[in-house]
Amino acid sequence: MSESLATVSYLGATILFILCLGGLSHPETSRRGNLYGIIGMTIAVLATVFGPRVGAAGYAWIIAAMAAGAGIGVYAARTVQMTQMPELVALMHSLVGLAAMLVGFANYIDPAASAQMSGAEKTIHEIEIYVGILIGAVTFSGSVIAFGKLSGKISGNPMLLPARHWINLAGLLVVIWFGREFINAHSLSEGMLPLVVMTAIALLFGIHMVMAIGGADMPVVVSMLNSYSGWAAAATGFMLSNDLLIVTGALVGSSGAILSYIMCAAMNRHFISVIAGGFGTTGGTPAAAGAQPAGEVVAVTAGDTAELLREAKNVIIVPGYGMAVAQAQHTVYEITKLLREKGVNVRFGIHPVAGRMPGHMNVLLAEAKVPYDIVQEMDELNDDFPQTDVAMIIGANDIVNPGAQDDPNSPIAGMPVLEVWKAKTSIVMKRSMASGYAGVDNPLFYKENNRMLFGDAKKMLDEVLASLKS
Amino acid sequence: MPMKIGVPRETAPGERRVATVPEVVEKLIKLGFSVAVESGAGEMANVSDEDYRAAGAEIVADAAGLWSSSDIVFKVRGPSSEEVGLLREGGTLVSFIWPAQNPELLQQLAARKATVLAMDSVPRISRAQKLDALSSMANIAGYRAVIEAAHHFGRFFTGQITAAGKVPPAKVFVIGAGVAGLAAIGAASGLGAIVRANDTRPEVADQVKSMGGEFVAVDYQEEGSGVGGYAKVMSEGFQKAQRETFAKQAKEVDIIITTALIPGKPAPRLITAEMVQSMKPGSIIVDMAAEQGGNCELTEPGKVVVRHGVTIIGYSDLPSRLSKQSSTLYATNLFRLSEELCKGKDGVIDVNMEDEVIRGTTVVKEGNITWPPPAPTLSMAPAAAPAAAAVKPAAKSHGHGKGGSSASSTAVGLLFAAGALIFWGIGAGAPAAFLGHFTVFVLACFVGYMVVWNVTPALHTPLMSVTNAISSIIAIGALVQIAPPLADGAVARPEDWIRWLAVGAIILATINMFGGFAVTQRMLAMFRK
Repeated sequence: MSESLATVSYLGATILFILCLGGLSHPETSRRGNLYGIIGMTIAVLATVFGPRVGAAGYAWIIAAMAAGAGIGVYAARTVQMTQMPELVALMHSLVGLAAMLVGFANYIDPAASAQMSGAEKTIHEIEIYVGILIGAVTFSGSVIAFGKLSGKISGNPMLLPARHWINLAGLLVVIWFGREFINAHSLSEGMLPLVVMTAIALLFGIHMVMAIGGADMPVVVSMLNSYSGWAAAATGFMLSNDLLIVTGALVGSSGAILSYIMCAAMNRHFISVIAGGFGTTGGTPAAAGAQPAGEVVAVTAGDTAELLREAKNVIIVPGYGMAVAQAQHTVYEITKLLREKGVNVRFGIHPVAGRMPGHMNVLLAEAKVPYDIVQEMDELNDDFPQTDVAMIIGANDIVNPGAQDDPNSPIAGMPVLEVWKAKTSIVMKRSMASGYAGVDNPLFYKENNRMLFGDAKKMLDEVLASLKS
Repeated sequence: MPMKIGVPRETAPGERRVATVPEVVEKLIKLGFSVAVESGAGEMANVSDEDYRAAGAEIVADAAGLWSSSDIVFKVRGPSSEEVGLLREGGTLVSFIWPAQNPELLQQLAARKATVLAMDSVPRISRAQKLDALSSMANIAGYRAVIEAAHHFGRFFTGQITAAGKVPPAKVFVIGAGVAGLAAIGAASGLGAIVRANDTRPEVADQVKSMGGEFVAVDYQEEGSGVGGYAKVMSEGFQKAQRETFAKQAKEVDIIITTALIPGKPAPRLITAEMVQSMKPGSIIVDMAAEQGGNCELTEPGKVVVRHGVTIIGYSDLPSRLSKQSSTLYATNLFRLSEELCKGKDGVIDVNMEDEVIRGTTVVKEGNITWPPPAPTLSMAPAAAPAAAAVKPAAKSHGHGKGGSSASSTAVGLLFAAGALIFWGIGAGAPAAFLGHFTVFVLACFVGYMVVWNVTPALHTPLMSVTNAISSIIAIGALVQIAPPLADGAVARPEDWIRWLAVGAIILATINMFGGFAVTQRMLAMFRK
C-alpha cells in the first residue's frame, strides 16, 4: 500500500469517527454510529499495518499482541455488569494513558524517529514527547485511582493533604524545570533522567488529584479523564506527525471536555472547584450552616407505598446511585410495567449527575428494558411535578434537595434539582437518614407530603411489587 | 385555656357552603380546640346538626349565642355589618374578606379590635399551597362551569357514531388557564369534548396539554406573567391580536368558558357583542369573571340570559353550587391554617407575624390594619417577570452602549485577544510541518465540539465508552514503531526495547479497542422504545 493510499484511508477513518459520534445524537441511530466507529478503526489499523511504515518483520508481533488484547477486551466487555460500567470506563481510560506513555518512551529512544530533525523542529518534537508522556501518565494514574474509588476499593471520601494546592504547584514548577533540562539534553541518556522524574511526578499528581475529589463529583472526574485520554492521543499524533491520531484525539478530548462542562453545570459548580477537590466531606457538620429543617419524618411501609402507587395516575420515578448499588433496576421495571398495564402514566426523571458517570442511570434503566421514551431529562419533566400524584425517589438525595433552591446558605445552593416536593406525595427510599454525598441535610424528608421508606432499595421494591400484585 | 372555634350559618343569600365539615371538626379537636356550630349551618351542604354533634362539636341554637361564645369564628363569605357587630371585642375571624374591594369592612373590623385572617390573601408560595382556598374554590368553579354549560347545551359533549347518525363532538374554548381554567379543561375533555385554551402566559401551554387541551397561542410576542403567577394587563397591540384570535374561535366553537381575571382590576372585556353574534345558535358562554364585571360584554352577573341565540351564564356562585365539595375543601384549607397558627397543638393560636404565610394572610391584627402585607421576600416562579420588565428599558435605549451584555463582551474580547496572541506566538516560531498538524488539530476540536453537543444526555455513557474505544487509535502510534522498514546501515536502534514497549502499547490499546466497541454495542442494543 502506498503512502497516498494510507493517507486516504486515514481520511476515510476520520470521517467515519465523526459520523460515529454524530450517530449518538439519538438512540435510533446510535447502533449505526457504533458500527461506523468499528469500520473506521478497522480501516485505520489495516491501512497502518499494510502501509509503508510497517515492515514484514513486525507482522507476527502485531498479530500476537492484537490477538491477546482483543481476547482480554472482548472478555471484559462481555462479563462486565452494567452497574460496574463507570469502573470499566475508568479502567479503560487508564489503558489509553499507559499506552500513550509507552509510545512516548518508545519514540524517544528510537533515534530513527528524529534523525532528520534539527533546530526548532527538533525542539517541538521533544516538547511533544514530553507533553504526550505527561498527559498519558496523569491519565493513567488518575484513572486507576478513579477505578479504585468507583469500585469501592478506595474510600470515596476526599483525601485532603495539608497545603495540597502548594504541592500541586510545586510539582508543576518541577515539571517545567525538568522540561527545560530535557530539551537542552544532548544525548539520549542525558534526557532520560528528566523524562523519568517528570513521569514519576505526573503519576503522583494524577493520584493526588483524584484522591482529593469526593464521590459525588465522580461524574466530572470520569468525563475529565475521558477528555485527557483524548488529549494524550492527540499529543501522540503530534509526536508522530500523524493527522489521524490528532483528529481522533481532538474529537475525544473535546467530547470529554463538553461532558465535564455539562456535569459541572448540572451541579452549579465551577470546574476548577471540582478539580481542586474537597467537596463532600462526610465528617463535616453541615447542619450548622443553615436552620434545622422543621417538621417530622413520616415513615411508611412497602404496603402503604404500593397503595399510593395503585391510586396514582401520574408517577415519576427519580433514580439515584442507591438504585445502582442495590441493583434494583429490574424490580423498578417490573413495578413500572405493572403500573403501566393499569394505565398509570409512569415516567423516569433523570438528573444529569445522578449516578457516578454521565448517563449512568439511562444505561441501567435500558438494561432493565425500560423504554427510553419514558426516561426523561430533568428539564423535560421538572414542570410536571405539580400534576404528579406520586414521585418515587430511589436512592437519590442531593439531586432532590429543595434546599438548593430556597436555602442560600446550603452548600448546594443554586444547583438545579428535581422538584419532587411539588408532587402530591413524594416517597423517598433510603437506607437511613444519613445525608447524601454533599453532606447536606435534606429538608425534603421533613416536608408534609413526603414519606420515607427505609430499607435496602432492592428488598423494599420487591415488597412493593409483591403487594402491588396481590 | 383552649380556644373555641365557632362556625355560624352563612347569611348571604344563595350561599350554600359552610366553613367546616364533621371530618375537619374531629381534626380541629385533635389540635386542642373546642368547636361550636350554629344549628342548621351545614344544611345546604348536606350536613346535619347530628353529624356535627357526632364529630364532637357543640350545636348552638342561634347566631348571637355562637358569635359571643367563640374566640375564633370560621366563615366562608366576609361578614355583613350585623355580623361584625356580633363579633366579640378582640376576637379572631377567618373568612374571605377581599380587603382591596371592601375597605369599609376592614375599618369596621379594626374598630372591633379584631384579628382578621383573609383566606383570599394567602401568599402564593409553595408552602402555603395547602391553605390556598382561592385555588381550591377555583378548581370547583371550573368544574361546575363545564357542568352548567353541559346542562344548557343541547347536545352531547363527546362525539358518537350511532345507528341514528353521527354526532360531532362539542368544541370548547377556555380563556385563561389558571386553576379554574385548567379544571374546566380537564372536566370538558373528560366529557369527551375537543378543548382549546388560551392564556396570556405562554408557559402554561404545557399545563393545558397535560389536562387534555390544545393551546391556542395569540400570534404576538409579549410576556404575560405578572407578580405571583397571575396575569397582567397586556399592551394594545397584543389585545388587538388577541381579539382576532378570539373572534376566529367564536365562529368555530360551541362553548366558551372565560376565566380571565387580573388581580385588583375589573375583568378584561374579551368577548364582544359581535363575537357573540357570530356564534352558532345554541352555543353557550360561561363567564366565570361575572362578579368582576364579566369577560363578555353581554354578561349579566348572577343570571343566565339568552342573547342572539347564545346562552350566557353569569353565575357568580359556582363553588357554592357544589356546596358539599367546596365546604369540604374549604374546611380543610381552614384546618391547614389552624395547624400553622397552632404549632403547639394546645388549642391556642399564635398569630406569628414573623411567619411569611401568616403575615400575608392577616389583614387586621388586634385592631390595626396590616393590609397590604410587604412584598414576599422570595418568590420562585415569577422571578422571570421582573427580569423581563427590566430588559425592556434597556432594549429601548439603543445607542447608549450595550447595557447588560457589556460584561460578557469584555470576556469574549479578552478570549479573542488571548487566542490571537497564542496563534501569533505559534505562527512566529513553529515550522511549516507543525502548522499543518496544528491546523488539523484546531479544526478537529471544533468539529468535536459541534458534534458532541448534539449527543442526547441519555447516551452519555455510551458516548464515553465509544470515545474511549476510538481513542485506542493510539495503537497506530505503536504499530508504526514496531518494525519500520529502515534502509540498511541507518542509525542503530535499540530494537528490543522499542519492540517490547510497542507490543505492550498495542496490547493495551487493543484491549481498549475491542472492549470499548463491544461494550458500547452491548449498551446500545439495550436502548429500546
